[in-house]
Amino acid sequence: MSAAAISVGGIQPSWSLPSRGKVAMAGLIIAESAIFTIFVVAYLFYIGKSLTGPTPREVLETPIFFTICLLSSSLTIHYAGKFLQKGERGAFLSLWSLTILLGGLFLFGTGQEWHRLIYEHGLTIATNLFGTTYYSLVGLHAFHVTAGMIMLVMVAIFAFAGRIGREQSHRVEVLSLYWHFVDVVWVVVFTVVYVLGR
Amino acid sequence: MRSVRNTIVRTASLSGAFLCCCMTTAAAADPASTGTNIFDPQSTPARSILHLSTFVLTVTGIIFAVVFTLLVYSISKFRARSTDANSEPAQVYGSTQIELAWTIIPVLIVVVLFLATARVLHAIQDAPMPTSAVEVTVIGHQFWWEYRYPRLGVVTANELHIPVSDPAHPTPTSLQLLSADTDHSFWIPELAGKTDLVPNHPNRMWMDPEHTGTFVGQCAQYCGTQHAKMLLRVSVDSPEDFEEWVREQQQPAVADERVAAGRRIFETTACINCHSINGTVANGRFGPDLTHLMSRSTIAAGAAPNTPQNLRLWIQNPEAVKRGSLMPAMQLSKSDLDALMDYLETLR
Amino acid sequence: MSSNAITIPGIRVEGKPWVETLHEWVTTVDHKRLGILYILSSLLFLAIGGVEALIIRIQLIHSHNDFVSPQVFNRMFTMHGTTMIFFVAMPILFGFANYLVPLMIGARDMAFPRLNAFSFWLSLFGGLLLYFSFLGGSGLYGAGNAPDVGWWAYAPLGARAFSPGHSSDYWTLALLVSGFGSIGTAINIVATVLCMRCPGMKLSRMPLLAWLNLVMAGMVLIAITPLSAAQIMLLIDRYLGGHFFDTQAGGSAVLWMHFFWIFGHPEVYVLVIPAFAFLSEIIPVFSRKPIFGYPVMVAATVAIGLVSTSVWAHHMFTVGMNSYANSFFAITTMAVGIPTGIKIFNWIGTMWGGRIQFKIPMLFCIAFLFQFLIAGLTGIMQAAVPFDWQLSLSYFVVAHFHYVIVGGILFALFGAFYYWYPKMTGRMLSEHLGIWHFWLFFVGFHLTFDVMHIPGLLGMPRRIYTYEPGRGWDTLNLIVTIGAFIQAIAILVFIANLIISYFKGAEAGNDPWDAWTLEWSTSSPPPAYNFATVPTVASRRPLWDLKHPEDPDSQYE
Repeated sequence: MSAAAISVGGIQPSWSLPSRGKVAMAGLIIAESAIFTIFVVAYLFYIGKSLTGPTPREVLETPIFFTICLLSSSLTIHYAGKFLQKGERGAFLSLWSLTILLGGLFLFGTGQEWHRLIYEHGLTIATNLFGTTYYSLVGLHAFHVTAGMIMLVMVAIFAFAGRIGREQSHRVEVLSLYWHFVDVVWVVVFTVVYVLGR
Repeated sequence: MRSVRNTIVRTASLSGAFLCCCMTTAAAADPASTGTNIFDPQSTPARSILHLSTFVLTVTGIIFAVVFTLLVYSISKFRARSTDANSEPAQVYGSTQIELAWTIIPVLIVVVLFLATARVLHAIQDAPMPTSAVEVTVIGHQFWWEYRYPRLGVVTANELHIPVSDPAHPTPTSLQLLSADTDHSFWIPELAGKTDLVPNHPNRMWMDPEHTGTFVGQCAQYCGTQHAKMLLRVSVDSPEDFEEWVREQQQPAVADERVAAGRRIFETTACINCHSINGTVANGRFGPDLTHLMSRSTIAAGAAPNTPQNLRLWIQNPEAVKRGSLMPAMQLSKSDLDALMDYLETLR
Repeated sequence: MSSNAITIPGIRVEGKPWVETLHEWVTTVDHKRLGILYILSSLLFLAIGGVEALIIRIQLIHSHNDFVSPQVFNRMFTMHGTTMIFFVAMPILFGFANYLVPLMIGARDMAFPRLNAFSFWLSLFGGLLLYFSFLGGSGLYGAGNAPDVGWWAYAPLGARAFSPGHSSDYWTLALLVSGFGSIGTAINIVATVLCMRCPGMKLSRMPLLAWLNLVMAGMVLIAITPLSAAQIMLLIDRYLGGHFFDTQAGGSAVLWMHFFWIFGHPEVYVLVIPAFAFLSEIIPVFSRKPIFGYPVMVAATVAIGLVSTSVWAHHMFTVGMNSYANSFFAITTMAVGIPTGIKIFNWIGTMWGGRIQFKIPMLFCIAFLFQFLIAGLTGIMQAAVPFDWQLSLSYFVVAHFHYVIVGGILFALFGAFYYWYPKMTGRMLSEHLGIWHFWLFFVGFHLTFDVMHIPGLLGMPRRIYTYEPGRGWDTLNLIVTIGAFIQAIAILVFIANLIISYFKGAEAGNDPWDAWTLEWSTSSPPPAYNFATVPTVASRRPLWDLKHPEDPDSQYE
């Protein structure tokens, strides 16, 4: 038999707790930050230590345009969320689609850069320490962008089907947190690879 | 419940006493032994470690005694008695003063222990080597030890010879530690603490043995199948004996015409892919240098004594001597093996 | 195991077909059932890991023994370590956390029940994948079998050059998969503790078990992923031609060690902090006093969590770091002993002035205190770096960490079993068998692990399949092995107790121990929804307040 209810003390003040989704996403972000930190540490540690092969200075071209794409997508997703909170589905959908486009452009840019590095400069993950750490770090980030893109596209599909409204704005916000995280990681990766590493 | 309490106290005290007995037995080992007892140092690094460890053991022993006494006292004095049946003791939630006290005291203990540690650490690790130091490069392999004396032009394997060091005119041995494959660790407990051999990460250690004799140890970092049989054998020689040993090792292999047949077998089979013999075409680096094979008392990095029988078995069926070693079975016919053995036995 | 909350006397209820029960268990998202699934699967792996240990001990019973070949021995110690850490200790502690945390904070379930189930099945799959290696590990050259690179898989031993075949891949993948399961559980615990507490349960009123599991979960988030990262790097080296740990291409074997121990050291605190949690719940109840210094206990645990992320290279003192790095890690390692010691003092302070009942859970906790004290002190010995240059990689270290994990964590777990089994099953475990279990295990444990320190001091390295006669190690190893078998018998007694008491144990009722936290307010076992109405609390010991309305804790907090 269940026990009688436990209630001790008088009238309780209002009881509010943080949102589960946001706390869980924060936890995931912390774990993912740790994994990226290790790859960044490996990258930094191995700067200048390749025994052979092309060096960063020789082959890297700073991807300014695609970086701007990715970082702007944080703005667009932020405003998309704001519109959704107000119930303005049209504006939400436009900005959300723009976010997907910008993210897609970024991935395209990465693919283009890798194509150039592999076919024009012969730099692969197996070439030297630079190749190994570069493709791993940038690749890990691109993998996380891709995973985010899949989630964004799923939301877009549901939105086009008319199912995303003000009631879902909290969940959409949790997803945007992930997207912002992916952008922040890019700032770090960009700095390490294209600024410090050269 | 009294009997439970008593039994707990008795068993705990017995275990504590037992542990102490075992450690003192370990410490009181025969000083002239060629054992592997860390409490029986025969060299400065090992001796500094002994002094530090005695200090640390004393401090931790006192901590143990104090806390153990508190624990035993609390479980005996504050056990529930039958008269307590329905009453609860005073509900004490904490005490700031007590918390402060048992925070500050451990902090002080840590500071003291750390200062002692740092001092000995620097003294051993950053000790400058005199120019009279003997330099040896140790290269770890799966599953044997390569020794090179760069300034003396000596290359040998598995059995290290170093001179005893007279405190008045120290001649320590400085070891540079490298690895040809995976990680290993050089550990002769009575001469020094261990230092790892890591590929692409040269390390240094030193020792200055106080007495002549044979000292033993073994690889301490798991390196594969035969990690257990990568034994260490160090012969600490008098200065004269050491010089004689060096001179012998510097000679190329004896070229005895009587065993030319065996030498030819060595030079024309796969032996030379792995082994070197100074003065012949054999220049393989994968396995030990065999120029002075017969000057060693063991083979296969200590896996077996160096007898003709064992050497024969090692060549024909290494798995029987050291299972999983990287020496292949040589598939020689009996006559070839006889000739080869005759040759090898001249490699003094 | 969840009972229906309402029994109507005089009415016969038909039993369910067993397939239905099985289906319920396989598809469950109930934190209590998942907790039990975690615990049961851990016990299975405990038995397997234990057999591996016995094989090791038989092989080492005297010098030059040939009970097993070196290859088999190397697989045994690798699998024993990997199994015990990843498929026994972590899951069983997650299991208890899963079961207890929602109950103790007055919640109906974890924050994400389906994620909870997913994490469990990932963990179990990881364990099965690891053991599949015995069958499927052959690969390149037909070599390989179960992994044999040690549970740390130091570079370059884990590289393709030195580990052909797939044995190391099984190690890597099994741990990657279960690592993701662990992260899922950690996220769940953090979200549950922060977001699902019942009204009135401010963080400062949470049971210490909830606090400590929160800290543990936070540590899992930052400690497990470095291992995952290193393992991804290893896979890149093994399969994509990468050079992360390829020393021939300029890579660093030491970098693997750093990454591994950045995971490996916080990991052992992930294991011990839940054990501390059990003690912090059990000792007060059997001393009949509240925990001494609750805020200090929380602060000390957080301090341990933070400082423990800075001590990792004390596993690498022999690797050849410079003297400044060695000194840094020496001081941080000694420092982390301070909050740990404070906790021991607080537990003794809880017992002090109490009325101690020597029930079985309390016996295990008292043994923990004695043994964890010794384990901590042998840890401090190893923090004295030059001393560690002798002790490291020897049986002294093996003795030390088994003292922590078996003498500490496992004893605390046994205490937790005896304490919460009545809540989980509605039955008391047999006291008689419990006494046998305790004393047999205590004697076996000390015989093995006290003596095991000595071969270490006499120069015996670890991970050797055999050793030379004449080094004075033979008799000591014999004693160690005998103790191992005594412990095995004790475990059998324990398992027998678990099974027999399930059917024949005395009825427990809601609150057999006269305890004070919320899980004792509901039935044993609790219904699926935990509480009929979500409780509201005004102090750290809501049941104490109910039982002692003249002197409630809420007056003092």
